[in-house]
Amino acid sequence: MFTRSRRVIICLLIWLTCVGICPATERPIRFNRDIRPVLTDKCFACHGPDAQTVEADLRLDLREVAVDHGAIMPGDADESELMRRILAEDEGEIMPPPEAHKPLTPQERELLRRWIDEGAEYEAHWAYTPLSYVDRPAGASHDGPAMIDHFIARRLAAEGVASVPEADRVTLIRRLSFDLTGVPPTPEEVDAFVSDPSQDAYAKLVDRLLASDRYGERMSIYWLDLVRYADTVGYHGDQNVSQWPYRDYVIQAFNSNMPYDQFVREQLAGDLLPQATLDQLVASGYNRLNQTTEEGGSQAKEYLAIYFADRVRNVSQVFMGATMGCAQCHDHKYDPYTTRDFYSLGAFFADLEEQGVYGGRGSRPPMIRVPDEALRQQLTALDERIAQLQAKVKPLRTELLANQTAWETEAQNRSAERPEEAINWIDDTQDTGGRSEGRWDFIGPKQGPVHSGEKSRRQSAEGLVQHYFDDAQKPIEVQPGMRFFAWVHLDPMNPPQAIMLQFNNGDWNHRAVWGTDDISYGLQPESWAGYFRSGEAPPTGEWVRLEADPTDVGLEPGDQVKGMAFTQFGGLVYWDEAGWITSPGMPAQVVEALTLASEQRTAAQSAALQEYYLEQAAPMAALRQQIADAQAERQQVEESAPLTVVSKAVEPRTIRILPRGNWMDDSGEVVGPAIPEFLGKLETHGQRPTRLDLANWLSAPDNVLTSRTMVNRLWFLMFGLGICTSVDDFGGQGTFPSHPELLDWLAHEFVESGWDVKHMLRTIALSETYRRSSKPTPELRAADPYNELFARQGRLPLAAEMVRDGALAVSGLLVEKIGGPSARPYQPAGYYAELNFPKRKYVASDDDGQYRRGLYTHWQRTFLHPMLKAFDAPSREECTAQRARSNTPVQALTLLNDPTFVEAARVFAARIVREGGHSSAEKIAWAYLLAVSRVPDGPIAAELTQVYEQQRLHYQAHPEAARQLIAVGHAPVDEELEPVELAAWTSVARVILNLHETITRY
Amino acid sequence: MHHFGPNSEVQIARRTFLRRTGIGSIALASLLDPSRNSAASAAREDRWQGVISPTHYAPRVKRVIHLCMAGGPSHLETFDYKPELAKHDGQPMPESLTAGQPIAQLQGQELKVLGPQHEFTRRGESGLLMSSVFPKMGEVADELCVINSMFTEQINHDPAHTFFNTGTAISGRPSMGSWVLYGLGAETQDLPGFIVLTSEGGGQSQPISSRQWHSGFLPSRFQGVQMYSTGNPVHYVGNPPGVDRTQQRQIVSAIAHINQLRDEELDDPEIAARVSGYEMAFRMQASVPELTDMSGEPQHIVEMYGCTPGDGSFASNCLLARRLAERGVRFIQLYHRGWDHHGGVKQGVATTAQLVDQGTTALLTDLRQRGMLQDTLVIWGGEFGRTPMAQGNGRDHHIKGFSMWLAGGGVRGGTVYGATDDFGYNAVENRLHVRDFHATMLHMLGIDHTRFTYKFQGLDFRLTGVEEAHVVQDLLA
Repeated sequence: MFTRSRRVIICLLIWLTCVGICPATERPIRFNRDIRPVLTDKCFACHGPDAQTVEADLRLDLREVAVDHGAIMPGDADESELMRRILAEDEGEIMPPPEAHKPLTPQERELLRRWIDEGAEYEAHWAYTPLSYVDRPAGASHDGPAMIDHFIARRLAAEGVASVPEADRVTLIRRLSFDLTGVPPTPEEVDAFVSDPSQDAYAKLVDRLLASDRYGERMSIYWLDLVRYADTVGYHGDQNVSQWPYRDYVIQAFNSNMPYDQFVREQLAGDLLPQATLDQLVASGYNRLNQTTEEGGSQAKEYLAIYFADRVRNVSQVFMGATMGCAQCHDHKYDPYTTRDFYSLGAFFADLEEQGVYGGRGSRPPMIRVPDEALRQQLTALDERIAQLQAKVKPLRTELLANQTAWETEAQNRSAERPEEAINWIDDTQDTGGRSEGRWDFIGPKQGPVHSGEKSRRQSAEGLVQHYFDDAQKPIEVQPGMRFFAWVHLDPMNPPQAIMLQFNNGDWNHRAVWGTDDISYGLQPESWAGYFRSGEAPPTGEWVRLEADPTDVGLEPGDQVKGMAFTQFGGLVYWDEAGWITSPGMPAQVVEALTLASEQRTAAQSAALQEYYLEQAAPMAALRQQIADAQAERQQVEESAPLTVVSKAVEPRTIRILPRGNWMDDSGEVVGPAIPEFLGKLETHGQRPTRLDLANWLSAPDNVLTSRTMVNRLWFLMFGLGICTSVDDFGGQGTFPSHPELLDWLAHEFVESGWDVKHMLRTIALSETYRRSSKPTPELRAADPYNELFARQGRLPLAAEMVRDGALAVSGLLVEKIGGPSARPYQPAGYYAELNFPKRKYVASDDDGQYRRGLYTHWQRTFLHPMLKAFDAPSREECTAQRARSNTPVQALTLLNDPTFVEAARVFAARIVREGGHSSAEKIAWAYLLAVSRVPDGPIAAELTQVYEQQRLHYQAHPEAARQLIAVGHAPVDEELEPVELAAWTSVARVILNLHETITRY
Repeated sequence: MHHFGPNSEVQIARRTFLRRTGIGSIALASLLDPSRNSAASAAREDRWQGVISPTHYAPRVKRVIHLCMAGGPSHLETFDYKPELAKHDGQPMPESLTAGQPIAQLQGQELKVLGPQHEFTRRGESGLLMSSVFPKMGEVADELCVINSMFTEQINHDPAHTFFNTGTAISGRPSMGSWVLYGLGAETQDLPGFIVLTSEGGGQSQPISSRQWHSGFLPSRFQGVQMYSTGNPVHYVGNPPGVDRTQQRQIVSAIAHINQLRDEELDDPEIAARVSGYEMAFRMQASVPELTDMSGEPQHIVEMYGCTPGDGSFASNCLLARRLAERGVRFIQLYHRGWDHHGGVKQGVATTAQLVDQGTTALLTDLRQRGMLQDTLVIWGGEFGRTPMAQGNGRDHHIKGFSMWLAGGGVRGGTVYGATDDFGYNAVENRLHVRDFHATMLHMLGIDHTRFTYKFQGLDFRLTGVEEAHVVQDLLA
């Protein structure tokens, strides 16, 4: 008995080791599949591509070096130093050294021996070599799905593993609906498909789903993970930033099936394309989705280095399937990416206009307005109206001139008129009686220019600087028509970036700014009273009177102004007299002209007089007002359009290799933009390569990194597992593709199809491989536990967003609308309590926004919505190519108790009562069908019936509890339905929405 | 007619399950009765046992309580006594120290010395030098192993917190609590193994991020779970309005039953894990309120902590931390946001210190009197220290030298390790990098940091990263 059972175990072990798991006891050794993973994982850390850390000058990644060194004697393992060392008994001799904690297994040692004995042939790393597959296997049909099945079948045959049969139709339509649209099918859709007798029923279904607008939303969930799209900036205060038009661009790009090469180009370099469209500019926001900071005390230089590295990591992961992050500090240990490659790749993005440290609570210039179609029409109409009004000006002037002489006579007689007058508040001293703050550095004419009196005030700084007074003894009352002023002289050699006048009428939120947005006080994306952009910086090297209109800075007649501040960002500025200009009667020049007879006036005086007359004439003033109103309306309409971050090219900044990634070390070599050296060199005819050159290289038909990376990810979306399982790493530490030829064929097909994403998904969907059941036979489970042979389909938890979408869809609450500002589902109060600058209060959407698809949920990087987080949605701080898949108690708590799901259940319950049929049995069957696309069998129906009956009894006894339950959420309560009944059905609905099958794609 | 005894849930469950057959229902029944040791997979899924089993070394401690003093407490006003600094008060800071060094808000400004703002006295039998702002903490001075030679690499709050918690400033890596939970599992079946509590007060409340307790690339079950003093103590732990525990039991049981029925056809191992997840969720719905209901704490204990239990204060969180420790939670993190004293450092440190002094002291005392301090590691400290240079009458961020302390099992209480220079600027003696701290903490838990890795994007990641890190034996008794 003992012997027998042991024999069984041994047989089982042998069988287990032989079926697909243990590599190459029989089959010929293949370097990339069998040897490279061992060398990379166990040896390359010290004997690999990182030139800085090569031990004993031995590199095992280069055959020539390894052979010259004597480590490898091709054909003779026994004579190879490598074998001697890996078999050594002595602790000081054995490789890998014990402290590396990477011992070789006996199988690995044996593999290395066989490989050396067989000649120690190397292969170039598969991911970088040209596509390679047998074009059309003899006898195979040449349609795409058949090609897929051919490659899969070949490996299955070689492994002696049988595939499972096709899944039933209900499973198929559920699977396809989730995979291609992210929303479960309705019973009607299921019924139509299941009962469709036509040959191409399945193909029609695939086409219908690919044509659905939901398709773009579903694909975007994945793409937005890759590019780390979020609605907040990520660091420190994690302020909101407007970039959702980029998200909508992605959805539209997938829905319109934009060729992938174009998609790549527009995101990396949309702004550099000739005659870039608004959409292409929006796409270029990709380059600026990295995390940014507003933290006080941050050094811009440090953060520019952080953004730089973030971008290199993301670009290499998204488009090249490469993990270049390590090369920020040292040459990659496992892949041929050098530190130089890292900084050279980043140098493509050195032209982006950006700041190391931002201000303005989420302002991330450069940003643009993105009006939608309706707004664009409004703007066009307003532009036409403005043009029409402006066209009336000239005829009106001609008409008015006839009356000028009469007006002059009348005006001369008017005595009350007086010219405007500038009154100084500050000149050579600060004698307002208020207190001074900042440095009031009065200087005389010997030390610098002076405009009035004896002195001016010098102010200079590297950054933000100001001096001001407050609490003046006699505040100035704002009068209609008055303006504030200050004289400034900007040093031509060292001008400031920006200059600002600011007023205090109890608070300081009254600012007029000239020049750039560098002054952060009050900065917002749009001008407002607290940050009124008044134009370019004034000319340098001369005295200029800055004037601020109180109405622009939010001061109203009657306001008491008691302080003024003089602020600049950088540079050297001389400030002189400041004060206010009284209400203008007539300008001095006009008054003077009026006193003269017309023939005595100079040409300038005549012109000024005529101009003044024409503009003050009532009909003209009225016309001007109409124009101003239309322009104001236009501005209002334009500013109602959302902002989005974009790329804007400016003079590229200098990029140096940072030794060990240290941003404070300026000793590194300056590098220009270049692709990784081992992948070639861009030909740009002596011009500095641009982001567009990079994008063109990435999207070139022969760029196998781009095509392999993307088709592998498309396959991953359709099976839950990549052909290369490390969908985020095609490097030496990544896994060798289970079906290299299939991967290459798919990549080829992708490029040949014109980078047609829908074509690829359709091809995969139509294959037999895709249509197989996901249920393994016991034999298959033992032979291929991870499903790397694709003898069956994968079974996958739904993405977090789809868990939400499913519940909303089943309940009928789902509001389907593409795009728009992010939505705010219910969220536990106080979840944002740890945020500051500003403090945040989350207000759940109280309109349609409450029922949008999960994809549109406000994505707060530091505190992701708890429901999304529970179901493994990533924070989107870094690229995510493969989400974690967990199955946790927190998920259970969320589905059971999150008001979103309780509300969905009680609204679903109302549907059950109204639409589910007459008897409770009918209702239960209907409800179950809605959620999982099948009618319940006897025991399931019995269980649900029991829930219904128990809960109804309970709520009959506790009607108040019933009323509480059916009132969860904002959706109106169906008053016509009986609360106890509704509550009992709500419980049934909760059970159904919580079922494993409801949130799983089989 | 719904009167149930104290065991009603189980009775209902039993009644419901008795008529069921199949492995699944056995698993479920065993979950409701922990004494039944079923071999069913669902039960095994329930409690994460950790990947380091057995531990690499004999562990000195079982659990960690990290009192994170967020904002960066001034070492010069708390544990690092610098009489020389007082002599230079108001004078320019020696440029030899500051030239070319990273600096935060004092960029481009004249650097002048600000002398220590508080008295130091010797406390405990060990005569440990401590600032007068901690009158209570002096009572446990002999438990504290003060490190005055910490240094870090990040000078702004956000990256410094990320660095201290994850070993790198790059987002997306697991926090130390997640690593520890992944490595060792938890000893509780009813609560998450890594719990985070927050409080604020005494200074400007710099934001913190869930990145600091996130599981990064580790599975999400290892992330820190935040608990709250208002609303649900844990998100979604309360039943929906109008649903009582009996009804919730019925619903959870029905979900389990239907899942099991479907499993017979689908043959999906995830279903057993799902069923088990729902059972633990249901238990949490009882265990969390039981945990946060502190009405049973005796008066003398409440007085020792000096708080109204559940008021969200740091002291209340300390009391809760003890209850979590008692229940087998592996890693407990308390953030107090209030140490960012750019201005008014004298009053600021005094105020914030007062908010944490009694709670901290009570926690150590309470753990000790329950015999738990010996297998707990308590960590007190912030993400960085503060400049010896004045920022007005405050201090700026400082990373070249700062203080923290350890207490509990296996550390040398009543001692000071390492030192900064006379200005309190650079850690000069026994310098201790954040990585060394991580390596030492793991060591105390029985883990060799070099052998504790997780493969992600082709690399073997570890908490201590790729640079060298040392276990500091001198800290250990």
